[in-house]
Amino acid sequence: MLAAVPVLGAQALTAPKTVEAGSSFSIESTGSGQATLYIAGLGGVVSRDVQLGSPISIADGTLIHAGRYIAFLSTAPNDVASFDVVPAKVADISFLARPSRLPVGLRNGITGAVYVFDAYKNLVTTPTQVSFDISTPNTAPENRSVKAKNGAAWVALDSSPKEGAAHFVAKAGGVSVVRVIQQVPGDPCGIKMSAKPDGKKIALQTDPVRDCSGNAVPDGTIVTFTENYHGAQSTVDVPLKRGVAQVEMPAIPGANISVASGVVLGNEIHWGK
Amino acid sequence: MLAITLAAATIAFVVIGTLWPVKAAEFYLGRQHLIRSNATPDSALQNLGDELKSADWAQAYDSLANKTSFTQADFLHDLVGAYPNLRTYSKLQRFEFHPLHATDNDAEFMVKLHWATVVGDAVTTRKVHLVHNGNGWQAEWPLTREPTLPPQVIPVNYLRWDVIYRGAGDEWGTADVDAPHVKIVDMRPVQRAEGMVIMGELLNQDVVPAYVSVTATVMNKNQKPIATEGSFDMISHLILPKAITPFLIKFPEVKLSQVGSVDMHPFSQLVPASADPVIEIQNEKLNPAPNASLTGEVVNQSGQIANIAHVLGTFYDPSGNIVWVADQYVDRALLPQTPVPFTIHIPEDLARKISSQRTVVSTYSMGGAA
Repeated sequence: MLAAVPVLGAQALTAPKTVEAGSSFSIESTGSGQATLYIAGLGGVVSRDVQLGSPISIADGTLIHAGRYIAFLSTAPNDVASFDVVPAKVADISFLARPSRLPVGLRNGITGAVYVFDAYKNLVTTPTQVSFDISTPNTAPENRSVKAKNGAAWVALDSSPKEGAAHFVAKAGGVSVVRVIQQVPGDPCGIKMSAKPDGKKIALQTDPVRDCSGNAVPDGTIVTFTENYHGAQSTVDVPLKRGVAQVEMPAIPGANISVASGVVLGNEIHWGK
Repeated sequence: MLAITLAAATIAFVVIGTLWPVKAAEFYLGRQHLIRSNATPDSALQNLGDELKSADWAQAYDSLANKTSFTQADFLHDLVGAYPNLRTYSKLQRFEFHPLHATDNDAEFMVKLHWATVVGDAVTTRKVHLVHNGNGWQAEWPLTREPTLPPQVIPVNYLRWDVIYRGAGDEWGTADVDAPHVKIVDMRPVQRAEGMVIMGELLNQDVVPAYVSVTATVMNKNQKPIATEGSFDMISHLILPKAITPFLIKFPEVKLSQVGSVDMHPFSQLVPASADPVIEIQNEKLNPAPNASLTGEVVNQSGQIANIAHVLGTFYDPSGNIVWVADQYVDRALLPQTPVPFTIHIPEDLARKISSQRTVVSTYSMGGAA
C-alpha cells in the first residue's frame, strides 16, 4: 500500500501507509538531483540528504515512536507524504497487581491490570490476548484469559482459601511478568485455652489458633488474657509464638479467666473455688 | 545633670548587683536556692524543696536527718531513677506540702513533688517525717529503694517484623507493600466542660504491626468543617496484629451542639516492630469517687528494660459503651519482672457510670528496638 503525493514539478515522494515501529522501510522518490528529506513526527525530525529518482531507504530503528509522520523534501516543502508508524509486536508488559496482601477467601479481592507495550514502549493498541494465572501452593491454579482493549486488560480474582504467597502471572505475546500476592489468614475462628497450676501462678496456653478456613493465624497476633477476681483484674497482651499464646497469671481461687483476640472471644475458665 | 546622675547610678547598681548578687535574686535566677533557717518544720521542708528544685542533690542529701541510712546515690536514684526514664529528663517544678501532725520534737508532712516532664506534670507523693535536732529541724527522707538488676543474660526469643519497601530499582507497576488495614470499631463524641471530645477504639485487622493515629474533622449542620484535631499521644501508636488501642481527640473550641457530622480518618503505616516487651497489667482496680481512679501495676515480662511506659485506660458503662479514655505515663523504667504501680484518674462525674475497663500499655526502650 503506497500513499502518493501530488507531483510538483518533477519531484514527488511515495511512502508506505503504515510502518512498524523500529523497522526499515523505503520511500519512493521521483525527479532528479539532490535534496534533503525531512521526516517529522511525534518523536522529532529526521533529515537525510537524498538523491532523487531512486528509493530512499530508512534503516531499522530510525522511527521508533508510534504516531502520524510526514515526509517532505527541502525542494518542495509543501508536498508532503504522510504515513503512520504503528506499534511493533508485544515485547513488554506492565503488570499492576493489587493488593500486596489480603485475607484468604475474599471474593474478587485480587485485581490485575496489564498494559501491553512493544520494544519501544509504544502501547500496543491492537487486540492482544492476555492470560492471567494465579497459583497458591497446595491449591489448584486459576486461569483467566482476557483480550486487551486499547492496550489494557484487567481481571478480578478471588483469593484462595489457603494462606500463602500466590504467584500471579500475566502473559502476553510470549512475555510474562510475575507478582506475589500475600494471602494471609483471616480472624481467629474460636480460641480455646487451657490452664494448669504452676506454683502460685496459673500457666495458660491456647490451642493452636486458626482462622475459619483452618489456616494457622500468624505469629505475632495479639491474644489478650484477662483474669477477674474479687473486683480486681489482671490483663496481658501476648503475641502468638509458634501458633500458640502462653502466659502465667496469678492463681487466685474464684478467678474468672477469659481470652480474646481482636474482636473474637474465646472460652472462659473459672479457677478454683 | 539629673539624667547623667541617674544613668551613672543605674550602671553602678547593675555592676554591684552582678558582682555581689543578693541570695534572693540568685534564687529567682535559678542558680541557688533561697537559704532560710531551719527553725520550723515548714522552713526546713521549704529548704529541702528549693534544693531539689535547683537539683542540688548533694546539699539536699546533706540536710537530711537520716542520711546515714543510705547513700547520696540511693537518694538520687529514688528521686530520678537509676535507669533512664521519664524522670531523667525532668525538673522538679513545684514542691507542695501540708502538715499531718506536729509536736515540739517531730512533725509529719504530706509532700507532693511535681516533676515537669516532656509529657506534662508527673506527681510523686511522699509522707515525710521531720525531727528537731539541736540546731533546728531536719527531714527524714522516706527512701524507696529502686530495685536493681544483677548482671545477667536473659535469653529472649521474640518476634520481629522488618519491612522492605519499594525501591528505586523496581520496575513501574511493582506494588509497594500495603499499609496495614485498621478499622475504627467504636467511636463516641461527648461534651465535657473543657470542650467536645471524641473517643473510640481502633483495631489492627492485619497480620503486620501498624503505626497508627486518628484525625477527626467535625462539620457543622451545613456540612462545613469547623475544626480538625488529632489523637496526639492519647493513643497507643504502635499496635500489633489484632490489637486494639483506645483514642481520644479533644476539640476545646467546639460544642457538641454545633456538630452535624464527624469525618474520622484513621492513619496506618507499616513499620518495623518487635513483639517485645510483653507487659502484664495486674491487680487493676476501679476505685470509686471521691478521687475515682483506676489503679494497678505494670509488670515487664520480658528481658528488655522498658524505659518509658504509657498506660491507656478505656472505661465502659454496663452496656459496653465507651464512657471515657484516660492515660498515665509511668515515670519509672520497667525492669524485668518488677511491678510498677500506676494510677489513672477518672472524672468524678463519670466514675459512677463506669462498670468495666480495658487497659493497654505502650512502651519505649532507649537504644533498643521499637
